[in-house]
Amino acid sequence: MKKFLDLHLRVPLDDFDLAERMIKKASTLGYSGVGIPLPTYASDETVSKLRQLCDAVGVDFVTRADLFPKSINELLSQLRRFRRKFEIISVACLSKAVARQAAKDRRVDVVSFPATDFKKRFFDVAEAELAASALASFEVDLFPFLSASSFERVRLLSCLRREVALAEKFQVPVIVSSGATGEFLMRMPRDLAAVCFLFDMPLPRALDALSSYPWTIIKRNRAKLSQKFVAPGIRVVRRGKDCEE
Amino acid sequence: MTRRRYLAVKIESTQPVDETEFKRAIWGAVSRVFGEYGASKTGLVVIDYDENKHYSTLRCANAALEMVRASLASITEINAKPAAVHTLGVSGTLKSLRTNFPSANQK
Repeated sequence: MKKFLDLHLRVPLDDFDLAERMIKKASTLGYSGVGIPLPTYASDETVSKLRQLCDAVGVDFVTRADLFPKSINELLSQLRRFRRKFEIISVACLSKAVARQAAKDRRVDVVSFPATDFKKRFFDVAEAELAASALASFEVDLFPFLSASSFERVRLLSCLRREVALAEKFQVPVIVSSGATGEFLMRMPRDLAAVCFLFDMPLPRALDALSSYPWTIIKRNRAKLSQKFVAPGIRVVRRGKDCEE
Repeated sequence: MTRRRYLAVKIESTQPVDETEFKRAIWGAVSRVFGEYGASKTGLVVIDYDENKHYSTLRCANAALEMVRASLASITEINAKPAAVHTLGVSGTLKSLRTNFPSANQK
């Protein structure tokens, strides 16, 4: 049975009652984990409170940082500062230069693009090639689709159809998340997968985009953030006297 | 003969939703996403609706199942109030739907 994960659940950090309700709802809807975007200055207290809320309902809590760099230098600086603090690093690409750098940087897990600013959706062939070689995933948030007006929705679906086909061609993993800001914008995993039908994403692919792909990223990053990690492929198996010559 | 699918759905809203409003919402969603031509292919019918429990049973053409599920997921408000429609399950017969999803059992 698939374990589903909503990698982008935007719970309000200033309203813990609503945050609690949203996390409980995620559990009720059938998610095994939630990725909650945190501000880069989030205190340990906030993180531990969210972790407690998730633990209470048996949902895996994934820390995530959404970066909005305006230049390559800003992106590199933010990656240096925050990569080891968060399990998922997502970069919202607001310029082509940032998009290219984010796609080729192995510290970036997820690239996303402004949903309704169609001139700033830079996911083209070059971007897909770079993302495929650097293991970056392309994120599709379904909140803009639910909230967009008719014309915007048509254009968004058209863009998503082209981008998802491109991602498929270059084998870039596509991550589907809700991006929900409230309880009424949360959907069951199978319902989100059904929405992906609108941009011609096959159902098995859509279900993977909600389960195996995000879990793969989290597993990889948790291994890297663990103290046992030395380098890719090398980790400390045991410490102690019996390990000396 | 067209193969059919039965869906058990749950309605969540900040206010009570009656059957007419629910029907208007689902038909509005299907028409908005797929147009009148697409909507005509779904064969969508509300079999029953429980206003108190907020459950409903729908029937649609098997070929249009994903269209209907996507349309239901796209509903964000009913009668200008925030709402969501969740598909609890799908079955090939009404009997098995009611066996597997007793919470949505109306009769």
